[in-house]
Amino acid sequence: MSNFFSKAEVTSSGRPVLLRNEVECHLLSAVDLEPEDHRHFSLLKSGLLILTTHRLIWLPSLSASTPTSASAIPLAAISHIFSSKKSLKSVFHSPRIRFQVLVSSDGRVFDPGSESGSSSGSGSRSVVVTAVIRGKGDCDGFLVKFWDSWRARAWEATETSDSGSASASGSGAATGTGGGLYSSDGSVRMVGVAGILRKEQEMWESTDKSLQDAFQDLNALMSKAKEMVMLAEKMRQKLLSGTSSQTSGTNDEDMGSKEEMQDWLLSVGIISPVTKESAGALYHQQLSRQLADFVRIPLERAGGMINLIDAYCLFNRARGTELISPDDMLQACSLWEKFDVPVMLRKFDSGVMVIQNKSHSDEEVFARIKSLVTKPEALLTGISPTDAAMTLGIAPAMAKEHLLTAEIKGLLCRDISPDGFRFYINLFPEIDPCNMYFVKNYGICSTWIKAVSTTG
Amino acid sequence: MQKLGDFKLPHFFNYPPYFTLQPVRETREKQIQLWKELILDYCRTQKIFIVRLEEEFPLFSNSVIERTLSHEAREAFLSALVAEGRAEWLDKGRRNCLILWHRIQEWADIIVNFVKDNGFEDSVMTVEEIRSGIESRGTELHGIDRTILMRALKLLEQKGKLAIFKGTSTDDEGVKFSV
Repeated sequence: MSNFFSKAEVTSSGRPVLLRNEVECHLLSAVDLEPEDHRHFSLLKSGLLILTTHRLIWLPSLSASTPTSASAIPLAAISHIFSSKKSLKSVFHSPRIRFQVLVSSDGRVFDPGSESGSSSGSGSRSVVVTAVIRGKGDCDGFLVKFWDSWRARAWEATETSDSGSASASGSGAATGTGGGLYSSDGSVRMVGVAGILRKEQEMWESTDKSLQDAFQDLNALMSKAKEMVMLAEKMRQKLLSGTSSQTSGTNDEDMGSKEEMQDWLLSVGIISPVTKESAGALYHQQLSRQLADFVRIPLERAGGMINLIDAYCLFNRARGTELISPDDMLQACSLWEKFDVPVMLRKFDSGVMVIQNKSHSDEEVFARIKSLVTKPEALLTGISPTDAAMTLGIAPAMAKEHLLTAEIKGLLCRDISPDGFRFYINLFPEIDPCNMYFVKNYGICSTWIKAVSTTG
Repeated sequence: MQKLGDFKLPHFFNYPPYFTLQPVRETREKQIQLWKELILDYCRTQKIFIVRLEEEFPLFSNSVIERTLSHEAREAFLSALVAEGRAEWLDKGRRNCLILWHRIQEWADIIVNFVKDNGFEDSVMTVEEIRSGIESRGTELHGIDRTILMRALKLLEQKGKLAIFKGTSTDDEGVKFSV
């Protein structure tokens, strides 16, 4: 009996020789291919069925007793694929895939690539072929891929991408896209990479388009937002004008709704203008108290003074959600003046803002600095902010602020050199310009001279 | 006591903050005062008339404590001297400063005394002779900066105490006293 199917070329190791651009997609083992009319044509038993982008290839198993050659069905010849029917019968039988194939005048599968195919025209007859899958492969997945490949009609695609990939360097094709490694002339080809590049291009184009669409929406949003802002402004004005009128006329209800309005505005992000005059919006009041409670422990750990920024970070981290803005933080701290809390906000001349205990006394700090800076080593080499930090038990940045404040008060002098920024006890007041060489034999100056001279 | 050559340095010369321009007003004012006195003292004893900021000036560095006055500090202290009338900037760029540890008027008085002491009341002398002549040796006039001397002489000329006349060259510039 002659072969119903077209012949497929095979390499010496039994791998199919793929056409140009042909890529393997799926395979199933132990498949029988049965043409409908198998009285005239042999059926292929128990081979490897390989689905590619262009063909269905059937390879005989190596243990086949009868030497059957590899066969192929061009996907172009397939006119229909039947969907799998799930019936009671199919539970017990091996899964089957049925499809309809055009046949040419000689009764064999129509091969559009061959000469006989083009000259005899596409057959008007079609034959149903059944693939019986006796192996353990993923039949449904194969069917899906089958549909995809058939619909993709890769055999009709143009050759332009191929010429681009052929010029690329030689080794990239062997990756797991399942593509064929060897082209028909035996050289390694680039189809996989070209495919990836093409996909990238398409993705970029679609992203671009969706971005454009999104911006159209944004423009619409912006014009609406303008209206919203105007509305919010009107409400704000109303609130402002409401409070300027004397309170004797307002009753509790009015005040309540006004507070509500303030809260709403706040939640949208518009700061209530009334806050500065009154005790502040309820939100800020609560926040202020919460902050005062929270900051107690970090303050102790930091030695009584903590940088506002550090406090902000700690506070937000503790809150977890519903983070506050830096502005809210500042507001909350400023409100402390009005309450009776043991903490206060303090701004140094350098601009640095800190939270400190109300009980914190500058004088006490200065006394400690003075005792530190009059020690013999400190008399000779001065102290750095780090030294002060260690003695005072606070952060170096805080210590520096204290040292700078002490300098402003005339307690210390600075010394800037390649060794760094250091502070000494201020001796200048002790020196008389009219009598520069004279030194009292008491006082800090003499102590200093003694300390200097002992080291020679 | 530390010395710079044969000049005795005050104890605070080894105080590192002395070499850093202090930002706090009160402290800075004191610091400036001390530096002014020190500069004048040093220049007087070492007979230095011009201080050039961009050159090494021994007083502005202390190798023992490894500190040097910054350019800003030098300019600040010298400007204070200028403001007091004890110095003058020789150039707009403030790189060279003429130190008047005697004011011009004081120099004028010294010249008058010099003339009287040596009996030159009616004589003629060249300017160079006043600066480096035998008679001036041992006096403060010896080695005086030429610019300062001319200024003092001009001042005296205005007062009618002498007349300056030019010779064939600068070296021949002369003075006729009428003290």
